[in-house]
Amino acid sequence: MSEKQSLADVRFHLSVRDCFSDIGNHNLDNTIGSMHNRNMERDPVIEAKNLFKNYRDLTAVSGVSFEVYQGELFGFLGPNGAGKTTIMRMIQCVSPRSSGDLSVFSRDTDRDGRIIRSRIGVVPQEANLDPDLSVEDNILVYARFFRIPPMEAITRTEELLSFFELTRKRKTPIASLSGGMKRRLLLARALINRPSLLILDEPTIGLDPQARHHIWERLMQLKQEGNTIVLTTHYLDEAQRLCDRLVIMDQGQILAEGSPDDLVKRYFQTDIIETDNDPLIRDCLIKNRISFETAGDLIQIKDALTPLVADHLLMQCSGVRIIRRPPTLEDVFLLLTGRRIRE
Amino acid sequence: MSVSGKIGSAVFVVLWGSGMVWRRNATVFARNFTVNIVPPFLEPLLYLGAIGFGIGMFVEDVMGMPFVQFISPGIFAGSVMFASFYECAYGTYVRMYYQRTFDAILATPITLREVIIGEILWGATRGFISACVFYLVLVLLGLVPVISGILCLPLAFLAGICFSAIAACFSAITPSIDALSYPSTLYVSPMFLFSGTFFPISVLPEPVQVAAFALLPLAHLVALSRSLMTGLPDPIWMFHILWLIIAACIATAVAIRLFERKLIV
Repeated sequence: MSEKQSLADVRFHLSVRDCFSDIGNHNLDNTIGSMHNRNMERDPVIEAKNLFKNYRDLTAVSGVSFEVYQGELFGFLGPNGAGKTTIMRMIQCVSPRSSGDLSVFSRDTDRDGRIIRSRIGVVPQEANLDPDLSVEDNILVYARFFRIPPMEAITRTEELLSFFELTRKRKTPIASLSGGMKRRLLLARALINRPSLLILDEPTIGLDPQARHHIWERLMQLKQEGNTIVLTTHYLDEAQRLCDRLVIMDQGQILAEGSPDDLVKRYFQTDIIETDNDPLIRDCLIKNRISFETAGDLIQIKDALTPLVADHLLMQCSGVRIIRRPPTLEDVFLLLTGRRIRE
Repeated sequence: MSVSGKIGSAVFVVLWGSGMVWRRNATVFARNFTVNIVPPFLEPLLYLGAIGFGIGMFVEDVMGMPFVQFISPGIFAGSVMFASFYECAYGTYVRMYYQRTFDAILATPITLREVIIGEILWGATRGFISACVFYLVLVLLGLVPVISGILCLPLAFLAGICFSAIAACFSAITPSIDALSYPSTLYVSPMFLFSGTFFPISVLPEPVQVAAFALLPLAHLVALSRSLMTGLPDPIWMFHILWLIIAACIATAVAIRLFERKLIV
């Protein structure tokens, strides 16, 4: 994070402090304090320790610990029901934790919700734009909730509309926007308070490839400007492309953590061979004592000896279709979370 | 900072937050102003025409005044009730459940308590707007004295808080939007009929009278409005106002509690 950005942060907090005069004093001191710390050692923006979330008959988050650092793009991956959205809601301080510790900007989420929320931007999974208002008014009305002065709000709205290529749509009612435009508007709205932390819950769900790439470009740009971003996704290509670090979750627990490349290297040492699920090939593999997995009409071999295996198969069984490819995050994901369909 | 200073600034923060939620609703209302303002104008004319002048043809004077003049304060109060109640029953539910407006606002520094107070104040404002329009119509028709009649408007806002807060309670506990027709049919409609709107409450059996004043905010607003609009003195006017203030506070607190139980999970 550049010094310039830190100053911008502090300035923003000064304006917040004016509004929340009773709570702002600590806020400012803390910001300056953490600026110093950051230069010496990396201070986590989010810190979770042994975090639990229990509902009456369900444990949604079960003893999760992680840290997200300044300037990072951090991902939460997992099948449906893994607890990703619950964690996002706890970070936003809208859902109280059952036990454990969770702090954002070194502040406790149960105690300082209002201050934390004044410094984060949230893009929810389900679009919750205001259908009664135009594109422009959606952002302007939202700005009031952050106590942004009207003139400042207009300037920022202008910038955001142009950054997300929505300037020409400013007067359009929400109902006539495409899915991609709605997502862009949600992102624009989430940035109105110049957040120090951006939280995105499935930012590209249901979008066409063009719209996804547009969002990705904007996210990369925001990251390069030093923003801290946390996202959840179950698109593995998205995670591989965007995330500096990520965790893979299932059933409320973190199964693995690391950078996308590290994770792939950790679980797969060689390429993966895929071939048809054919009795002949199965016999051949069993005869040669090569371990394999079947998935539908596919056989996957994730053995350390894959190059040899490929040659072997080609020699012994003529006419076999063999694909040899590098492992991806998706392979890690399926290895860790299994192939069972989630409700 | 002193304790009272801290409480003062905490109250200010809550009021400010509620005010922003109120403004969000007011902004939407203003965008569709021409559409929104027509029904409050038509409603009083329909009621006064059909019941006041129509049925009034067959009714003798009530409490020494023409029937249409007798029911004007009743229908005035009723229109406040309908505007406030429906805003916070259906309007609030739609914003919470279908439009997810609450979720969006709760991702900002605004808290749920402020959202609910803002909603209730907005519902009361809808009642107040109806009251203003109705008052204007009654003045133009010469049915209401200009000066004392205007005192009904702040009372309409106060009663509007009661109606909105009660509606918000139903909105918080209803399992679906269709189920909101139960409080409409079982609470609001009887309240409209038995609050002294169309006939003096004194003709009802005594236990029913007691029940009406104990349970129905409308009964109090009708009594106050009738006294101000017709000049008939009401010896217990302070009791009516006190009842409305206490009911508004209790219903608002209950509504906040119910929404917190539903949404903060």
